[in-house]
Amino acid sequence: MLRLENIIKDFGGLRVLDSLSLQVGEGLIFGLIGPNGAGKTTLFNIISGLSRPTAGRVIFNGTDITHLPPSSIAACGMGRTFQNIRIFKELSLLENVLAGMHRLFTYSPVAMLLNLPVQKREEKALREKALEILELFHLAGKAKRQAESLSYGEQRKLELARALATSPKLLLVDEPAAGMNPAETEELMGEIVQINNRGYTICLIEHDMKFVMGVCRQVAVLNFGELIALGSPQEVKCNPLVIEAYLGKEECK
Amino acid sequence: MTEFLMSFWQTYNTLFYTVLVHGMLALSIYITLACGQLSLGNAAFMGIGAYTAALFTLKLNAPFGLSLLAGGMLPAFVALIIGVPTLRLSGVYLAMATLGFGEVVRVVFLNMSITGGSVGLNGVPPKTELWHLLLVMGVLIYFFLKLKNSRFGRALEAIREDEVAAAVMGIKTTSFKVWAFVIGAFIAGVAGGLNAHFTFFLSPREYGFDFAVDILTFAILGGTGTFWGPLVGSTILTILPEMLRFLGSYRLALNGLILVLVVVYLPNGIITVKKKD
Repeated sequence: MLRLENIIKDFGGLRVLDSLSLQVGEGLIFGLIGPNGAGKTTLFNIISGLSRPTAGRVIFNGTDITHLPPSSIAACGMGRTFQNIRIFKELSLLENVLAGMHRLFTYSPVAMLLNLPVQKREEKALREKALEILELFHLAGKAKRQAESLSYGEQRKLELARALATSPKLLLVDEPAAGMNPAETEELMGEIVQINNRGYTICLIEHDMKFVMGVCRQVAVLNFGELIALGSPQEVKCNPLVIEAYLGKEECK
Repeated sequence: MTEFLMSFWQTYNTLFYTVLVHGMLALSIYITLACGQLSLGNAAFMGIGAYTAALFTLKLNAPFGLSLLAGGMLPAFVALIIGVPTLRLSGVYLAMATLGFGEVVRVVFLNMSITGGSVGLNGVPPKTELWHLLLVMGVLIYFFLKLKNSRFGRALEAIREDEVAAAVMGIKTTSFKVWAFVIGAFIAGVAGGLNAHFTFFLSPREYGFDFAVDILTFAILGGTGTFWGPLVGSTILTILPEMLRFLGSYRLALNGLILVLVVVYLPNGIITVKKKD
C-alpha cells in the first residue's frame, strides 16, 4: 500500500533519514518506534507532503506522491494526526470533523448560495456520519462544544476522529497515547483496533511499548535515520540492536 | 414630525450612506481575516474601484450597473495577480505585499493624467441612491450567511485555525486564500464605485495607508469571529465621531479612549461568539 524507496533527508549538514526503504501492507497496524530524534516524525512529514525528501520516492497505492502538495496527498487517501495536537480549537467538535470531511463534499458555490437540494442532502448525510465518527471515540455527546474545552486526551481523540473523517486508506498517527493516563490509553488501544477492523490501514508512532506491542502487527525500528529492525513485535523486542538502541534489557521477556 | 425627519435625513443621509459603504469595506477585509490572512490593500482596492467606476461613467457614459461591475472586476483581477505568488506562502507575506501595494496605487493615482493627478476627479455624477447601497449590503449579508455553515466557510475557518492541519485534511489552502482575497477586493471595489457616485469627487489621498488601517480597525473593534462583528465595528466607528462633534477638538481624544477601552475589555471585539463549554 505504502512503499518508501531510499528516502534520504538532510537538514543542512545533518542526515536525518538515511536511505530508508520500507513497506506498509494493506490492512495492517504498523508501528514505527525508535529513540527521540530517530527521524520518525520527519518520515511522517515526508509521507504526508509537509516536507520533501532530499532523495528517494514515496509510492502510495501505485502512485508516486513524492512531490505532491499535502492537500493532493490527502485526496489520494492519506490521513494523519500530529504529535503536537493540531485540532481547530475555536471550532466545535462537529465542525472539526466536518472540516475533515472537506473532500467528501461535492456541492458547488452556486448550490451553496441557492440552498440547492444537493447541498442540504450532503450536509445532512455527512453531519450524521460525522456524529457516528465522534461516537466511535465517545465524543458525540460533546459535539457542539468548543474543541478547546476538551481534555488533552480527548483532544487527541478528536484529532484522530478528524483524520478518520477524511476517509483515508492509510492513517498516519503520531504518538496518539502521549499525555494520556493509563485508562485513556487502554481505551485508545481498543479504538485503534476497532478502526483497523473497519478496514483502515494504520501506521503509528508511539513510545508507549505496551501500546505498540498490544496493537501492532508489524513494527519497524528507526535509529539515527536508519532502519535497524523490522518484524513482529515479539521479534523486534528481542532484537539485540533494538535493545541496545532503544528498549533496554527488561522489555524482552 | 415629518418635517423634523426630513431635515434629519437631509443632514445625515451622507453619514448613513457612509455607514453602509464602510460596512462593505469591513466585510471586504473580514473575508481575508476569516482565513487568517491580513490584507492592508483594501483601501487601495476601494480606490481602484472608485476611479474605475467613475471613469466608466465619466468617459464612457456607461450605465451605472456596468460602472460598478467594472469597479469590482479590476481590483479583483489585481488581487489575483498579487495573491497568487504571495498566498502560496503562509504567514505575513500578504500583509507585507498589500502594504507596499497600497502605496504604489496611491502614487499611480497621483501621477496618471486620466485619474486627474493630485487634483483628483471632479464632478462624478451622483448616481448612488439609498436602495443601491441597501441592495448591495443585502446581497453581501446573504452571501456571508450562506457561507457560514457551508463547506467553503468551514474550509476558511480551518485554514485560519491551522493551515497545515487544513492542508492535511485535503483543503486546497492556497486557492481558498486567493479566492477570499479576490472576493474581498471585489467587494471593496464595488464599495468604492458606490462611494464615488455620491461624494462627487475623488482624490488619491482618500485611499492611502490611514484608511487601510481604519478598515482593519472596523473589523478588529467589532470582532472577527463572525461577519456581524465588522459590520457593528464599522457602524460604530463611522457614527461615533459625529456623535462626539459637540466636544469640538476633544472628540478625537475621546474617540481614541473609547477604542482603547473596547480593546482592553473586549479583546475579541464587541461581537464575541461563544460556543457552549
